[in-house]
Amino acid sequence: MRGLRPLVTAAGLLAAWELLVRLAGLPRYILPGPLAVAQRMLRDGDLLLQHGLTTLLEILLGLVLGTLLGVLAAAALAAFRPLRRWLEPVLVASQAIPVFALAPLLVLWFGYGLASKVAMALLIIFFPVTAAFFEGLRRTDPAWLELARVMDARPLRILLELRVPAALPALAGGLRVAAAVAPIGAVIGEWVGASRGLGFLMLHANARLQVDLVFAALVLLAAMAIALWAAVDRLTARLVYWQRETLTPTSHGERP
Amino acid sequence: MLERPPAITLGIPRLELGGRLLFENFRLRLEAGRWTCLLGPSGVGKTTLLRLLAGLVPGALVITDDGRPLAGRIALMAQQDLLLPWLSVRENVLLGHRLRGTRRARAAELERRADALLARLGLAGRERDLPATLSGGMRQRVALARTLMEERPVVLMDEPFSALDAITRHRLQELAADLLRDRTVLLVTHSPREALRLAHRVLVMGGRPARLREVAPPPGEPPRDPADPALLQREAELLRELLASATLAEETGPCAASARS
Repeated sequence: MRGLRPLVTAAGLLAAWELLVRLAGLPRYILPGPLAVAQRMLRDGDLLLQHGLTTLLEILLGLVLGTLLGVLAAAALAAFRPLRRWLEPVLVASQAIPVFALAPLLVLWFGYGLASKVAMALLIIFFPVTAAFFEGLRRTDPAWLELARVMDARPLRILLELRVPAALPALAGGLRVAAAVAPIGAVIGEWVGASRGLGFLMLHANARLQVDLVFAALVLLAAMAIALWAAVDRLTARLVYWQRETLTPTSHGERP
Repeated sequence: MLERPPAITLGIPRLELGGRLLFENFRLRLEAGRWTCLLGPSGVGKTTLLRLLAGLVPGALVITDDGRPLAGRIALMAQQDLLLPWLSVRENVLLGHRLRGTRRARAAELERRADALLARLGLAGRERDLPATLSGGMRQRVALARTLMEERPVVLMDEPFSALDAITRHRLQELAADLLRDRTVLLVTHSPREALRLAHRVLVMGGRPARLREVAPPPGEPPRDPADPALLQREAELLRELLASATLAEETGPCAASARS
């Protein structure tokens, strides 16, 4: 029953939507009903899939590269204090720039192809990943660090064996945020200038009043975003295996 | 095997923390191979003293009777078990070697020793489990195994048993007293009974700046029987004294009770 609940809600919303369209007699080029959208999806399945794959590739590349760069940047900031002093304020200030506003520039620099969209997704992902991981690296329990000091630990070992694993839950949080915003980056990039991808398809169909195709692309995009988020969620749960919910501890060492 | 444990003298000319004068012309001596238990009200500077000894905060002169520095000869055990949740029980016991990057060639031998220690502490069969699956008492036993694995002649303990239930505490005190026999141990505790049970020397710390007063422990070798009438009588006396000095400490300054121990 519990698993069915969201399905029932969704079916109810779809029925309400169809009813509204029929009763109000809205024209197809303003608001098509869900049945019309479904028909469109079936009819133009190949077209949608083709553009969908392009967008998916952009999202995945942006996610992988953005995560890699974010992790490296956070590790560098955590490992080298002088670097932190010089770069941290710049990094924070750079977040005040609305990254979307850079989209036209990125298209100008990287062209209408894949690269500009990947760059866009990467830019959007970079900060949440960097910030989350860096924060995690900085917030290692000082009591652990003191224990390590008394144990004559080597600095590199402390970073790799203590601070990095301790920061993984924070990184996992950053990755989940990244997975949620990555599709936005790719689609914005496609809106500004592209010849392929779901964003391009939506803009194109919108201009021709093919609103059912716009909705069809939107449905596919939403499905991809949800699937991506679920996949990242599962991956990150593996990354922080010791925080799995099945491991409910019988009692915890209290931390005052 | 374990090197001969040193006697330690710690001197603090003057130390202020957060605007409060904690120590002035302070001296503490730990006898070689003996348990010294430190009692006193919260905020009097017991934990600070332990951290000074461990070299985690500067401001103290530490002299050993063998003339060698103390760094690298200390093991630390705190109230929190400080187990790393992503490492197995065995890996936690071997944390010191992991953090020092001990050569792989010794891994098998070290693991055997860790497992033997765990078995001695009643944790056989739990070597591969994650700490989150253990009870509080088991976690603290793993922490004790990690402390023992370090094979340091000096062991500093900061209320290691205070978060445990009475029965678990009793058993762990016995195990610790047995396994850390003949080492130079400083045990910071809130419990007069624990001090009287485990100590060769009982020191009561109080006042600001802090002063030490030695209290004679009950006769016999630790770990003593907690039901021993002599111990119980000492405990009652000690408790009365601590209560009296606590009232005094509150009168000397409004911040006294709120400060961190």
